[in-house]
Amino acid sequence: MIYAQFEPFILPFRPFVVEVCAEAAAHSTKGYRTMLQVIGLKKAYGDLIAVDGVSFNVAKGETIGLLGPNGAGKTTTVSMIAGLIAPDSGQVLIDGAAVSGDTNPVKRRIGLVPQDLALYDELPALANLELFAALYGIGGAQAAHAIHEALVLVGLQDRAKDRVSTFSGGMKRRLNLAAALLHDPDVLLLDEPTVGVDPQSRNAIFDNLETLKARGKTLVYTTHYMEEAERLCDRIVIVDHGHVIANDTLAGLYRRLPASNRLLIDLENAQVDLAGVRELPGVAGAEMQGNRLSVLLADLSSGATKVLAYLASGGHRFESLSTAAPSLETVFLTMTGRSLRDL
Amino acid sequence: MITFLALVRKDLRIFFQDRRAVIMSFVAPILIGSFFGYVFGGDGSKYSDAGKAKVLVVDQDGGAAGAAVVRGMEAEKALEVRRVTLDEAQELVRKGKASVAVRIPAGFGKQAMVPGGPRPKLTFYVDPSRTLEAKMVQGMLVGQYLRATGRGGQMPFDTEEIPLTAKRGVIYNAYAHSFGGMAIQFILFLGIDVGIGMLLDRQRGLWKRFAASPLSKWTLLGSRMVSATLIVMLILGVVFSFARIVFGVRMEGSLIGFAGICAAFGMMTASYGLLIASIGKTPQGARGLSILATLLMVMLSGAWIPSFLFPKWLQDVTKAVPARWAMDGMDAMSWRGLPWTEALLPMLVLVGFACAFSLIAAARFRWEAE
Repeated sequence: MIYAQFEPFILPFRPFVVEVCAEAAAHSTKGYRTMLQVIGLKKAYGDLIAVDGVSFNVAKGETIGLLGPNGAGKTTTVSMIAGLIAPDSGQVLIDGAAVSGDTNPVKRRIGLVPQDLALYDELPALANLELFAALYGIGGAQAAHAIHEALVLVGLQDRAKDRVSTFSGGMKRRLNLAAALLHDPDVLLLDEPTVGVDPQSRNAIFDNLETLKARGKTLVYTTHYMEEAERLCDRIVIVDHGHVIANDTLAGLYRRLPASNRLLIDLENAQVDLAGVRELPGVAGAEMQGNRLSVLLADLSSGATKVLAYLASGGHRFESLSTAAPSLETVFLTMTGRSLRDL
Repeated sequence: MITFLALVRKDLRIFFQDRRAVIMSFVAPILIGSFFGYVFGGDGSKYSDAGKAKVLVVDQDGGAAGAAVVRGMEAEKALEVRRVTLDEAQELVRKGKASVAVRIPAGFGKQAMVPGGPRPKLTFYVDPSRTLEAKMVQGMLVGQYLRATGRGGQMPFDTEEIPLTAKRGVIYNAYAHSFGGMAIQFILFLGIDVGIGMLLDRQRGLWKRFAASPLSKWTLLGSRMVSATLIVMLILGVVFSFARIVFGVRMEGSLIGFAGICAAFGMMTASYGLLIASIGKTPQGARGLSILATLLMVMLSGAWIPSFLFPKWLQDVTKAVPARWAMDGMDAMSWRGLPWTEALLPMLVLVGFACAFSLIAAARFRWEAE
């Protein structure tokens, strides 16, 4: 539905997708220490190609959003980065060291927050965390300290002795996050960590992630919620059908949109000369939705003035005016021709 | 080692967390073992009421010889004798209320006392589905007949039953076998739980955390093996302690040998669970097949019906069933009173099965569900 609405705006911008992908290689982490390198990962399940040559780098302390619709290949990519599944080809390097094999010590530098709530419901939170700390050889006082720190971070220190089965969905999500922090990993892989939680818990998780970001952790965050990526990520890698179709900062992605702002004008009547509006300088597209005129503009300040003047000269009366800032939703739509939320 | 111990501790905590399941792990084999032990002869000191064969007697003779036969039968510990009319006797046997009825015809006593005369005839009305009991009663009646008609009321010879065990003075205690059998059965079901529990953990995504850590499959499988073995030994310990206290079941052979059998059976059960986890792709898929396999294994082990009742070829076949070796080993160390050396072969076989199952499980191990 959304695609149909924006289709006239999107089609002319398709060539930019290729350009943005090319930018991915150029936009590396110049001046920073590269913590994670994903090089040409491929994975197929029978005839289904889940991931097809995914590559990107992440600098130390950087947060990237791995964005894409369900089935785009995000979770498979994260699983290969975490060493859960072996790629058919390609390589993952953590600070230059390859991730391969069950007992590879480099795995100690990775923390995984799986999409599933990977917790033993029948055990108390504390017992869960003791076990997950022990997986990294952490025991005794060191484990107790790490567990306390993690529980304080996610605000569950008062519920340490309660069984996980008594927790709300949001609390379980926070504990799921805490379990990945016990061994103080350099790279934290977060696979849709806010799925199914209420807005309050989502905010709490975001506060936790911002704290971790401030501590210099490298975060790889997969989501199909645009607003989450916009809030948290320094850079966005958009994945679709197993391919990276964009890799840039948020501002960089917006800049590459030929028209990144929308002017919305509610008119008294819908009899507007759309062809005339589209020919105005700086206008990338225009369409009517009932009595609302929606105009895509490359530059809001100069374009809006021209559109309003044109309409006024035609005798149109305005009932209301509003603008919409660019969003990742628009970017994704432009790149793929589809809306994330429609998928 | 921290990781290994933490995984073992986790399994034990999860097992003990579900109190109802824990209680059932101990109570079920005790209850059913008690029942089977009682039915199959109890502790050997006396016949239980449940074990007595019901015999109906129709005494149409009314003389001293017939009365002597009936009194003798009433004195038999294995028989529950009831005097009835001929019509009642036929009706009760027909309805399956009694396995056999004996008619002592009129003139039985007189005929029996005439040397060289025609032999008196006893008539047996038999439930055709319980011929074994009928044969037993017939045998006892012959004894009573001889006793009643012999000179001076004396039998020409006496009979005596001597139970043969490795130690002198050891009385067969049916509870020893039935507790072993039922413990084996329920512990094998615990093996299914081990396997399905692992598949559930994987399905719930818990193994993703394991796979993301520097944990080897050997540590994961090994820890599950150790935890399951400990649980099995605990169950066997509790079940046989109960049997010892309540039913006087003793380790007439070797306690160390028995502990060895328990440990080896625990390892076999744990590896059986790992095998289920490796073969079953999903918990649902694994459940049906593993229940069938377990019931077959229990049946062929002799846990329900002693294996000596099997045909010869089947007895040979059951040597390929690990639970049969556990059953034989437990019997050897408990009521048969054999020395610890007799536990070595069953232990070796059970450990061999455990190794084979574990290797298959490790070879088929997958961190991710297919």
